[in-house]
Amino acid sequence: MDGYTASELMSIVAMQGFAGISLFSVLLLMALGLAIIFGQMGVINMAHGEFMTIGAYTTFLMSTMAGEFGLVDYYFPVAIIVSFLIAFGAGYLTEWALIRHLYARPLDTLLATWGLSLMLQQVFRTVFGAREVSPTMPDWLQGSWQPTDTIDIPINGLFVLGLTVLLTFAVLYYLYKSRSGVKMRATTQNRMMAGAVGINTKKVDRFTFALGCGIAGVAGAAFTTIASTGPTTGSLYIVDTFMVVVFGGAASLFGTIASAFAIAEAQSIMEFFMSGSMAKVLTLLFVVGVLMIRPEGLFSVKVRK
Amino acid sequence: MNFFMQRMMGGKEGAVAFVIIAAVILVLFPLFLDIFRLNLVGKYLTYAFVAVGLVMCWGYGGILSLGQGVFFGLGGYAMAMFLKLEASSPEATAIQSTPGIPDFMDWNQITALPWFWEPFNSLPLTIIAVLVVPTIFAFFIGVAMFKRRVGGVYFAIITQAIALILTVLIVGQQGYTGGINGITDLRTLLGWDIRDDSAKYILYFVNAFLLLGVIMIGRFVITSKLGRLLVAMRDREDRVRFSGYDVSAFKIFVFCLAAMFSAIGGAMFTLQVGFMSPSFVGIVPSIEMVIFAAVGGRMSLIGAVYGTLLVSFGKTYFSEVAPELWLFMMGALFIAVVMAFPDGLAGVYQKYRSRLFALGGRICARVPFCPAYRAQTPRPSES
Repeated sequence: MDGYTASELMSIVAMQGFAGISLFSVLLLMALGLAIIFGQMGVINMAHGEFMTIGAYTTFLMSTMAGEFGLVDYYFPVAIIVSFLIAFGAGYLTEWALIRHLYARPLDTLLATWGLSLMLQQVFRTVFGAREVSPTMPDWLQGSWQPTDTIDIPINGLFVLGLTVLLTFAVLYYLYKSRSGVKMRATTQNRMMAGAVGINTKKVDRFTFALGCGIAGVAGAAFTTIASTGPTTGSLYIVDTFMVVVFGGAASLFGTIASAFAIAEAQSIMEFFMSGSMAKVLTLLFVVGVLMIRPEGLFSVKVRK
Repeated sequence: MNFFMQRMMGGKEGAVAFVIIAAVILVLFPLFLDIFRLNLVGKYLTYAFVAVGLVMCWGYGGILSLGQGVFFGLGGYAMAMFLKLEASSPEATAIQSTPGIPDFMDWNQITALPWFWEPFNSLPLTIIAVLVVPTIFAFFIGVAMFKRRVGGVYFAIITQAIALILTVLIVGQQGYTGGINGITDLRTLLGWDIRDDSAKYILYFVNAFLLLGVIMIGRFVITSKLGRLLVAMRDREDRVRFSGYDVSAFKIFVFCLAAMFSAIGGAMFTLQVGFMSPSFVGIVPSIEMVIFAAVGGRMSLIGAVYGTLLVSFGKTYFSEVAPELWLFMMGALFIAVVMAFPDGLAGVYQKYRSRLFALGGRICARVPFCPAYRAQTPRPSES
């Protein structure tokens, strides 16, 4: 590390570390939804990125509307909820129309949802145009926080981080404490028995899938604060998100959090010392390597098949 | 001869299907298409190598690889590296600051040929590389995954990640690989200009014969005991394992075979199209190749060829006529194939075959000199 003094190096680590935390937030927000859909239900939702994009475009529309009424400072929390609801609804419809016919054929869900993602991308392109858009940010989301002279931490990153923490706890609470979450886990762990004790497993499936998509919608709303949205934005993140979920161990939420953190930090710290593409290659190679040694991921949960 | 009929052709019916596809590729297309369209068909047929490989490994072996573009690309790049070196002779590149190396290296301030480009000065080594490098790569992936019993969904996701890694690597290492543009401006193969019309005709036929050969190899594997084991393994892996078979060895074999098929396709692609770029390596082309196999029928080697031709024609047609419709059509095709026709065109054909034959028989019965006509009119000698 010649050419840098110790304090400069510390600042680099702090700032790149925080850039990593922004990436971590987005990856985790996306992976939370996918961990529910893929980890709990075993459905490979290749259109997950597009549900995120739905959330992002919803936020964009809300900001345009808010701009007309002069409510730019207040719209964002509402936009998050609306994004959730719209993505939830879209997910609910998708499960009903597509996914429920394919539970027995997981590899075919992959192809069908890939088809869905292509169609959604075209819808976005037709409706919003091929150019990237971004919503007007309220003032309180702009600017940065400077704890020392050389460290500069953007507020929007902190906001996204806060949102991620909040949502993670909400999902954990939902899965482990609420009645509906217990039903969901029961269905995953033993579908036959869950049905036998009177859980409507089909209803649970539909709700679970929609919930995962809704969380992706929130991820999209959060995403708009740190980058602009285009028709193919979601597809850029889908492979990374799958790697996060698989790396962490499919059915383990804790594993998902840990692996999102590891992948995001590894990538953004390495990005400073080499080209972005090499950082990505090394990160993915590392993940693939670990998965070859531990195919069940870092933290595995035994699930009855 | 009997061995040939049973094993390479898959019996009488298989032989008829084989003869039909051979006639379509070798006679029909060259007779009715101009050289531009024929070259386009040749390009599609190189994808068919991948689709045939996918039928073997996905349809029969139950292993869905979303990274077949990797092998297609490795084969294609190996061939492109050879052609590029031939096109970058010191005389042809005299204006560069370092003559004798490919132009994109010169643009990226590289002054000597990297070591891994050296073998591609010789054609035999290149051909070996086309066949062996992707296969060895597939072998390592296969050993790492299948020995640890990683299968199904996880395998699909990991192969996808590998496709992404390779694409990012190729795009990122511009000086060594030509970056996002790929390796372009390829001219001659051992002094033979591959860009003029007669060369395109010859390459089309070489490609077509190779494809037919690959289909025959596929048939041979499927009709062997190994083929039956593959199907058994796909349906009840545990039972095959408990019967004492080494399941992972079969999986590795069929995955390597599919990789080699794809690599041949890739090399032929480079020869016919005249360039190779990362846009044929990544996730999107890899999944498109899966849909070729799915549309044709994941259990039918010949169906895969028709599927490839049909989807590729559709893609070319719609992206000329209505580009904004194409993604819709493609997406809808994915969903329709999965939901309504899981066995693709071949499945539809199987379903309506008896009706088709009955209709054919009825028409045939009115035509003299036709087997069905002769069958209904008693022969004089028998009466």
